[in-house]
Amino acid sequence: MAGETLKEISASDLLTETLKLKNEGYRLVAISSTYKEEMELTYSFDLNYELVNLRLHIDTEAELDSISIIYPYSFLYENEIKELFGIKINGITPDYNNSLYKIPVKAPFGVQE
Amino acid sequence: MDGIKKSPWILHYDGTSCNGCDIEVLACLTPLYDVERFGMINTGNPKHADVFLITGSVNEQNIPVVKQLYEQMPDPKVVIAVGICATSGGIFAECYNVAGGVDKVIPVDVYVPGCAARPESIIDGVVKGLEILGEKKKKAGKKQ
Amino acid sequence: MGNRTIVPFGPQHPVLPEPIHLDLVLEDETVVEAIPRIGYVHRGLEKLVEKRDFQQYTFVAERICGICSFMHGMGYCMSVESIMGAEIPERAKFLRTIWAEFSRLHSHLMWLGLLADAFGFESLFMQSWKLREQVLDVFEETTGGRVIFSVCDIGGVRKDINKETLHKILEVLDRMEKELKEIAAVFINDSTVKLRTRGVGKLSKQAAFDLGALGPMARASGIEMDMRTQGYAAYGKLDFKPIIDEEGDCYARTRVRIGEMFQAMDLIRQCIRLMPEGDIKVKVTGSPKGEYFTRLEQPRGEVLYYVKANGTKFLDRVRVRTPTFANVPALLETLKNCSLADVPILILTIDPCISCTER
Repeated sequence: MAGETLKEISASDLLTETLKLKNEGYRLVAISSTYKEEMELTYSFDLNYELVNLRLHIDTEAELDSISIIYPYSFLYENEIKELFGIKINGITPDYNNSLYKIPVKAPFGVQE
Repeated sequence: MDGIKKSPWILHYDGTSCNGCDIEVLACLTPLYDVERFGMINTGNPKHADVFLITGSVNEQNIPVVKQLYEQMPDPKVVIAVGICATSGGIFAECYNVAGGVDKVIPVDVYVPGCAARPESIIDGVVKGLEILGEKKKKAGKKQ
Repeated sequence: MGNRTIVPFGPQHPVLPEPIHLDLVLEDETVVEAIPRIGYVHRGLEKLVEKRDFQQYTFVAERICGICSFMHGMGYCMSVESIMGAEIPERAKFLRTIWAEFSRLHSHLMWLGLLADAFGFESLFMQSWKLREQVLDVFEETTGGRVIFSVCDIGGVRKDINKETLHKILEVLDRMEKELKEIAAVFINDSTVKLRTRGVGKLSKQAAFDLGALGPMARASGIEMDMRTQGYAAYGKLDFKPIIDEEGDCYARTRVRIGEMFQAMDLIRQCIRLMPEGDIKVKVTGSPKGEYFTRLEQPRGEVLYYVKANGTKFLDRVRVRTPTFANVPALLETLKNCSLADVPILILTIDPCISCTER
């Protein structure tokens, strides 16, 4: 397999880093998140089978900017994370307002109240 | 009139199935298993259907869909739950978005086991369902 | 400007084997916009990692989807093996490749049938599915299951295929190839089929890239993208090239998939020729610790597995990004400005697998 890199970034750098990758011709592969003690998001990008992961750790209450202005097709990933993890992501177009899956429980993967 | 038993029309709906049972239901209709030789036809219209084949369990969002499809079907009708998910939720029973088997929402007449249910057992289940359909028809006739 | 109407499409619809709902905004007969509503099949099975240990989860992973069940099991096992540093035996890699390529063959045949059904060519649907049964027979003989095999395990595979069966598989392939050529000729040459697929749902190379399209959807638009070229399992030892088309319409997508079916047959033949003798499984002990991204090529395109383990029997996270999920934006784009009668074909053209998408 071609290489894989992981780069830790801070939430405020997300848009600039994403834009940089977009200009280099990368495509967005996936946005994944994990919640175990702290919220962790991984944005995966690909160019010629080279996987680049941007990783950020945020507070459960923190707000995050949507990258859908750079990669319009990120809206599904972001809506999914918003609904399943309860992360506040601002400016997703279109924003389904937590009704992508219409699940009976609130943020099943996120903070349990 | 016993015609309904001889040529039942089938409505198929996929609840939250993994697709495994669905393609087996469709495989029943194709040349190797060919349920059409029993006079069965797969229809997309609930108002034409006598037999309701449902695969997969139910969840918050598809409960109203399943109920509506059931109510739109004319009497007498038979509901067949195909596969273990439709029966009890199966391997996904503990998932947060799975409410359980189809019988939580509508009355089920026949349960077909398997993960995924084999075409032979689906056909078996439908044949069993037809007997029940015949009885229901008789009962309805007596009432009138 | 004509009157605007909204036509609800699904979740229960004759062409859809699976539930998805689209609100089609129409201007006369033309679709202006399609608004999707998903979630009918969402089960939340990624959450099950908290209740099943990493060995048991193989069975859950297989049930993400009943069409590419083998590849889901394989992708999950590959991720866990990578985290644990387990090198699986060569023979197991070849066996996995054989089953994976048979899965591609049966998935594409199923798709061909459904496409024929969507444009009302009933006998072609029946023929495709009849041919597909031969693949299922191979599965049943080699693994014991028709849909869910449970043959892939962490550290290798559970069952071997003996010499006689391999020989039989070669015979089945020869027979199937002949029959497939007949069916493929109808899809490629028949004028009525071409009328329904040519020029429908065109997606340019740039648009396909901008929308993040994957798999046959991207390859039919001229993007060369096939994770198999990265040589996971036994693919590194096999000789093949991704199948590309330029047109980007439904016809091109059909051609790409048909090409991939013949390619799958060829790959299986190569595997059988090159497969070494030996063990089929290594013993994997301990619990995984670490994280890993695995990508492989499913019939519908690239799939990504992310596994994060903490050194106990229970994993922290398993995340699957399936190809249909990534192809939805491309679908919504192709639906714009199409005629209402073409909607079923366009939905089928991405080869939707909703249970993968929503998990």
